[in-house]
Amino acid sequence: MSRTRTPVVPGWFTPDDTTAFRLLGTRCRRCRTVHFPREDASCRAPGCAGTALEEVPLSPRGRVWSYTDGRYRPPAPYPSDPGLPWRPYTLIAVELAAEGMVVLGQGAPGVTVADLAVGMEVEVVPGVLAEEDGRTLTTWHWRPVPGEAS
Amino acid sequence: MTGEVAVLGAGMHPWGKWGRDFTEYGTAAARAALADAGLEWSAIESVVGANTVRCGYPGQVAGATFARALGWQGAKVTSVYAACATGARAIDTARAQILSGMADTVLVVGADAAPKGFFAPAGGERPDDPDWLRFRVLGATNPAYFALWARRRMALYGDTPEDFARVKVKNAAAGALNARARYRSRVTAEEVAASAVVADPLRLLDICATSDGGAALVLGSMEVARRRGIRRPVRIRAVSSVSPRHPRTALDLPDIATDSAPAAGPGDDPFRPSIARAAYEEAGLGPEDLSLAEVYDLSTALELEWYEDLGLCGAGEGAKLLREGATALGGRIPVNPSGGLASFGEAVPAQAIAQVCELTWQLRGTAGDRQVAGAHTGITANQGLFGHGSSVIAVC
Repeated sequence: MSRTRTPVVPGWFTPDDTTAFRLLGTRCRRCRTVHFPREDASCRAPGCAGTALEEVPLSPRGRVWSYTDGRYRPPAPYPSDPGLPWRPYTLIAVELAAEGMVVLGQGAPGVTVADLAVGMEVEVVPGVLAEEDGRTLTTWHWRPVPGEAS
Repeated sequence: MTGEVAVLGAGMHPWGKWGRDFTEYGTAAARAALADAGLEWSAIESVVGANTVRCGYPGQVAGATFARALGWQGAKVTSVYAACATGARAIDTARAQILSGMADTVLVVGADAAPKGFFAPAGGERPDDPDWLRFRVLGATNPAYFALWARRRMALYGDTPEDFARVKVKNAAAGALNARARYRSRVTAEEVAASAVVADPLRLLDICATSDGGAALVLGSMEVARRRGIRRPVRIRAVSSVSPRHPRTALDLPDIATDSAPAAGPGDDPFRPSIARAAYEEAGLGPEDLSLAEVYDLSTALELEWYEDLGLCGAGEGAKLLREGATALGGRIPVNPSGGLASFGEAVPAQAIAQVCELTWQLRGTAGDRQVAGAHTGITANQGLFGHGSSVIAVC
């Protein structure tokens, strides 16, 4: 039986079967400021009263701003089965040059802090956050660009 | 310069972990502050409670909760919330009431009973809450953010885990001298290094615990202090409560991303330094005037950030200042002579009030074994999630 694939938050990234997977933000039509997570009602730039925002894909690649890992199971609402052993994952904050923005995300499975360095180039890839209530929760992951040595 | 208000009394319930009703801790702290001020509860014209979201309805109407526990006597009641900066905002509210002539004597109280382990958001399916989302989508706990900032310092400035451990060693040594602290044992660098990694590169002993505790202040007008014959009261000269400026380019709790700051856009004006800058401007003082500082050491690495944000040293020089011993008791500018969050653990709404209690005792010269010699000017700094920062400057 195949499980339903459900984005952990709707509208934050393209479907995970798309060939060019991207995070999705919004851009103010008036002042061009980009927002992620998306703002759909009103621009947050202080000098702008824009209310028309359009969806834009964020840059697929960026450079590591910082990183860490989670050695202990986070509390709810993090989807994690307490009956299973805890497997640490990395958290990577990535600087996107075009947007001038740092975006946090989990590292792809198998990426450890030993594989990472500040300044390293990474790319966004589709990933699975957890299985929950018969659904597969999908998310975005950051992964070192192949050939990028730590 | 804004007018000054007098600290008439300071009191705390010791920090620990007992799981009792937070009202008990706050009431004990309030009674201690009233006794310290030599004032009857009936003489208090206004009560400002620092709220705690974790203790249900009573926690979110803290002013009324403490007024009821002390015995309704008709005082004005206000309750405020600003995450980790709650206590300082309660002080600021009390100050505004005094300076505007709305009240001459104000009791400020904050207390908390914290759960074990990571702080977690309230339950339910609440995707409109950024704090809920960061746990849901990323499992990004508070220590995860502390660790991101620590790693960033290592990459930018060459700080090492040994530097971070030195902060714990320093603060534990001060906390060992403080009867109100939860942790009163000295800690060695080896013990920090042997503690479990929570979020690389930070270990358990790099991260502040969550605690129970209560703190209170009785604030009054300068006229009340004069009438009571207090010749040189400790005075609050500034309370900074500024908010960030867009675009925020440093990743901060509870956000998943920073604001967008295209290269052609406005220059970066980072939030934490702006908190202290506003306090210095209001007080007409600068970092060179300080005798001591109480800063929010949620992690060891974060204490080093505060050195730089308060202007005690230049960017990237925090670890050097620490290694020189300048920020230890007996140093040029002792930081966290109370022992800091490292020795107390965080009791959220009480913590920023406790920082001002420590300034009060230091500036009065009654801090005992941890007294900073000749202390005349002190600053506190703290930061709460959702863009709340506060800094208090007191003089004597």
